Order: sequence, then structure tokens, then C-alpha cells
Amino acid sequence: MLEIKDLHAVINGKEILKGINLTVRPGEIHALMGQNGAGKSTLSNVLVGNPAYEVTQGSVLFNGKDLLAMKPEERAHEGLFLSFQQPVEIPGVSMVNFMRAALNAKRKYQGLEPMNAGDFLKLMREKRKIVELDSKLANRSVNEGFSGGEKKRNEIFQMAMLEPTLSILDETDSGLDVDALRIVAEGFNKLRTPQTSALVITHYQRLLDYLKPDVVHVLLGGRIVKTGGPELALEIENKGFDWIKAETESLQGI
Amino acid sequence: MEDKNKFVKEVAEKKYEYGFTSDIQTEIIEKGLNEDVVRLISSKKEEPEWLLEFRLKAFRYWQTQEQPEWGHLKMPEIDYQAISYYADPTKGNKKDGSKSLDDIDPELMKTFDKLGIPLEERLALSGTAVDAVLDSVSVKTTFKEKLSERGIIFCSISEAVREYPDLVRQYIGSVVPYRDNYFAALNSAVFSDGSFVYIPKGVRCPMELSTYFRINARNTGQFERTLIVCDDGGYVSYLEGCTAPMRDENQLHAAIVEIVVGANAEVKYSTVQNWYPGDAEGKGGVLNLVTKRGHLRGANSKLSWTQVETGSAITWKYPSCILSGENSQAEFYSVAVTNNYQQADTGTKMIHLGRNTRSTIISKGISAGKSQNSYRGLVRVAPSAEGARNYSSCDSLLLGSTCGAHTFPYMDIHNDSAIVEHEATTSKISEEQLFYCNQRGIPTEEAVGLIVNGYAKDVINKLPMEFAVEAQKLLSVSLEGTVG
Repeated sequence: MLEIKDLHAVINGKEILKGINLTVRPGEIHALMGQNGAGKSTLSNVLVGNPAYEVTQGSVLFNGKDLLAMKPEERAHEGLFLSFQQPVEIPGVSMVNFMRAALNAKRKYQGLEPMNAGDFLKLMREKRKIVELDSKLANRSVNEGFSGGEKKRNEIFQMAMLEPTLSILDETDSGLDVDALRIVAEGFNKLRTPQTSALVITHYQRLLDYLKPDVVHVLLGGRIVKTGGPELALEIENKGFDWIKAETESLQGI
Repeated sequence: MEDKNKFVKEVAEKKYEYGFTSDIQTEIIEKGLNEDVVRLISSKKEEPEWLLEFRLKAFRYWQTQEQPEWGHLKMPEIDYQAISYYADPTKGNKKDGSKSLDDIDPELMKTFDKLGIPLEERLALSGTAVDAVLDSVSVKTTFKEKLSERGIIFCSISEAVREYPDLVRQYIGSVVPYRDNYFAALNSAVFSDGSFVYIPKGVRCPMELSTYFRINARNTGQFERTLIVCDDGGYVSYLEGCTAPMRDENQLHAAIVEIVVGANAEVKYSTVQNWYPGDAEGKGGVLNLVTKRGHLRGANSKLSWTQVETGSAITWKYPSCILSGENSQAEFYSVAVTNNYQQADTGTKMIHLGRNTRSTIISKGISAGKSQNSYRGLVRVAPSAEGARNYSSCDSLLLGSTCGAHTFPYMDIHNDSAIVEHEATTSKISEEQLFYCNQRGIPTEEAVGLIVNGYAKDVINKLPMEFAVEAQKLLSVSLEGTVG
């Protein structure tokens, strides 16, 4: 589904990604761990086409198509979704209007007519239950005045509405209390199908306890330096990253 | 990248949809302005002596005045002698005021059809009566008979001068005297046509009344004059729309709107101003220099101005309210959009004279390109205005970093019991907001439209339904190609 090969990217002239190789197959959940500055968020931004980042080398195939050649909105229409680390507020634009524009843009891309208002509102009602978002939030402006936890729930709600095939969760667990984390994680799990995959960026095991990743990667200095099963995340939880750093350095002969 | 350029180019080309010209046989008087021209206009309209006197007084006053320069505007030099002050596209037709559609040049009918303004009643939007003004002359007023059954008068001001001279004489210049300002004096001297509305005591007007203004002829100015009188207990909702062809030179539009509101009466005045804004380099466009004012004469009267301003090279306009009647309420809701080299200096004046009068000002400026957008407002509370209240909120939204937004709020408070509040904010559409929309599948142009409409929502919601839809589209179109 996703095939990243030798991906290099820069922001403000500084190279952050230095050759990422990663393959995600349908139904798989990959966890991406690593210290701050390792390039995790850069990778997610590059994948969704944030114009602030520049790809200097490498390729990304998404369902066989050249992802890097697509505009951000096309990537979304093709089934890519990012749950933002810090969702931005858009004052004055109601969630209803926002989601309607998003959903209908996708339908247009698929050659479908816009969804009628009644069906749309019904769909909103169904989907917001998944993350226990109440109707008041759904009628408010996009993320405006939402608490940190509400913003993250709102991200998963949007994911439920747009039904992506590959979701990137960029520190969706940050700033969540135990209950909010459970709601978000369980909401995410309800949306899983054998065809949908996810790339989960996190610092903590507690989110992975819910999501149960198939593969865990460790990012260091813009490269994936270690890949393992779920047990790797547990090991990091106990021992931190330093041992991986040491291991990598000895392998590289530094 | 190439796709994007193509898109932007397409948008730039289609941007102003109403820029066509019509080939209509039009009688245009010679360029220039002097007393003879004023007399000629008056005689063409077969006006009574008192109105000619009014015009001449205004003209003589105008000659003693200088064009005001206090606006935050770079005004091009206006050569008042290079403009024709009267253009009549109905020349050759009957002039008895009861124009039937058969009398109207088919080319002229086509013009209004193209603008989406049906002059045949059977085709009309349900519930809207239209007065169509092309250049200096009212072409057609629809639903006149139906309205007259309730005693409502809706006709061109020229016709009103002939048919209801006493009403016109009583009210014209009573809210905006010819000495009010330079452009008001000019308009009072040479005004051509416009609409007249009279709502009798206790009558609710059953349909929206609307005037559609269009400038067609070259090198002519449009100087329309609208007078709305809503007697005690009456109600009317009035809409105004306007467009002009794309021309390289500036076109002058100096209008006056006067509104008189009786006790317990209510008037809603909505404008969607879409005059030609000039091209992307700032060439051409309408100079929109307008004086609009309402007088809330009676107790418990209400007046609201709602305006969506997307057009004109220069907008100089301050729809205002004089709140004389006790407990009278005035509202001003405005969205002003400027793009490319457009300049807007617009706002309102709320003059509180009566006890317990209340006013609300909601202004939203949206600037893009290299445009300049200013809010200018005055809240005056007279010593007599015990318990007056005003709330003002002026927001500016900037798209890009080459435009300017300015706020000039003036307050002049002479009663200690008054409560006056003012809030102002300036914000920008951020890259993060646009990217967030993109990531959800919403293309940038659409995202800008969504954000701008969200920002202007409080004002758009005040417009009548059909106008609101029109205004939403207009906002998006005016700003296409400004971001990204």
C-alpha cells in the first residue's frame, strides 16, 4: 500500500530525512518511535504534502501511484489522512460546513454527486458517536475553543467521516488524559478494517497497548535504525532510546 | 505548477462576470458640467420649478466646495468636465412613465436578462419587485400594480416627481441635505434616476423591493438618488445590486440614498455592491462615492444597513443613522472585500439623539492583493440621548502581506449614561489553516472561500436568503487566486 524508498527531505535548508525506507501493507499498523527531532513529524508532513517541506531524493508509492507528484488534496482523496499533532483552529467555519466541503470534494474526485444535506447530517451523527463527540462540538467552528482532548477526538471523528485507507496518527496521544486516550484509541480501533493501515507516531507504550501495532520502527537522525515487533516498543518503554543509539553507532563504526 | 497557473489565469479571466457592454441606442448629452447642463437634465425630466431650484442651489454650493481628501484613499484626479451627466438608453420610447415591455429596446431587455434580472413579472423571482436603472434612467419597475393595491408606491424617482410631487418635495434632501458633502452636492445638482418607495401607515410590504443599477454608456457618470419613506408602523425590506462593464477609464458613481423611518416602523436595506473593480493592474473601475443615511424619526423605529462590498476601484461610503426617536434601533453590518489595487474607506455614523437609542456596528474587512481597506466610523451620543448604547466590532482579515487594513473609530460622547463598546481584531489566513483544509481534501481556492465566508458569516446571515447565496459566491470569486 505504501512504499517509501530512500526518502530525503529538507526544511529551511536543513536535511531532516536522510534516506527513509518503509513498506506498509494493507491491514498493518506500524508504530514510529524515536526521540524529538528524529524526523517522525517531518516524515508525516512530507507524506501528506506539506509545502513547507521539500523532498530532495527518493520515491513514495501509494497504492502503486506516485504520491509525491500529487497535490495535498489529491493525496487525501486517494485515501491518506493525517491526524495532526496540533490541529489548527479555523474561526467562523462550522464543523458541519468544513466536513461537508471535505466529503464532497472527495466525492467529486470519485465522480460522485455531492451528498444531500439530510444524508450528510445523519452520517455526522453516526460518526461522532464513535469518539463520543457531542452535537454541540459538531456545530462549533473547526477546533475553536476545543480542549486538547476534544481536538484529538475531533481528528479521529474526521477520520471516521473520510474513511481513509492509510491514516497517520502524529502523537495523537499527546496531551490526553487516560479517559480521552481510551476514547480516541477505541474510536480508532472501531474504524479498522483488513484493508486499512496506519502509521502511528508516539512516544508512549500506552497508546500502543490499545492499537497493537504489527511493526515497530525506531527513527534516529532521519533514518530508520531498528525495526521489530510489538516487543520493541515495550523494550523502549523500559530502557529508553540510548541503547539503540549506542548500537547504531557501533554498527556504523563511530 | 503549470496546472495551478492555468487555473489562476482562468479565474483571472472569468473573475468579473458582468463586464460586458450592451449596444443600446443611447441619448447622451454633451460632456461637461455647468448651470445649463443642470437645467437641461431638469427639463429632460420635465421637472417642476422647485426641483430645478433645488438642483441649482446644490450646483452653486458644489462649485464653492473642494473634493474631500480625508479618506485613506489615493483618489485619481476626477475631471468633472470630461464626464457626461445624462445618458438615456430608452430614447425613442414613450416617456409617459407607463413603459410597457413592448416599448423597451430588446437589446436592453437582453442586458438585464444577462445580469439575471428578469423584467418580465412572470419570470421574476417570487417575492421580489425590481426597479431597473440603466445609466441615467429607470427602465422598468415590476409589480407596481400589485403593490399599489396596498397603497405602496414603488417607482422611479422621476416618476415620483411627476406623480407624487408633494411626497417627494417633503422628504427629498431632508435626510441628506445638498450641503452635506461634496459628492452629495454634486448628486443633488445632477441626479438622474433612482427609486422611490413609500410605505403607508401600518402596511407591511409583502415582497422584497429591489433596485438594480447598471452603468453602460462610456464616459458617463451615474448619479442615482433613492428615497425610501416608511410611515408609522410600516415595514419594508429593500435590496440594491449594481454592476458595470469593464472599462479602462474610471467611471464615476455618486449616489444618495435617503431613508425616513416613522414610529414603530422598520426598514432593512441590503446592498450587494459589485461595481467593476478595475483590472489586476488597477486600471479602470468604478469610483463609488456614495452618501447613504437614514433618519429614525419615530419612537421604536428600526433601521438596518447590510452591505457586502466587493466591487469598485474606490469605495467611499458610510451608510449612517440618525436616531431621533426614543428607543429607536439602528444596525450596520458590513463586509468589504478589496483585492488587487482596490481601495475601500467605508463604515458608518451612528448619531444618537433620542433616549434609550441603541446601535450595533459589525464591520468585517477582507483585504488581499495590494489593496487598502479601511473602516471609518463615528458614534456620537448627544446630551439628549439618555441611556444610549452602542456596540461596535470591527474585524480585519488579511490575505497575504502586501495589503493593508486600517481602522478609524471616532467616538463623541456627551451623555454620561451612555454605554459605548468598541472591539477590533486583525487576523490572517494562515498557511496552517489552508494546509489543514488541503489535507482534508479541500483545495486551496475553496478553502479560502470557506474561511472567508465563515469570517463574514455574521453579516451574510443578515441578508435575505437569495441575496445571501449570491453574496457567498461573490466573496469566493472576488478572492480567487489570492492565496497559494
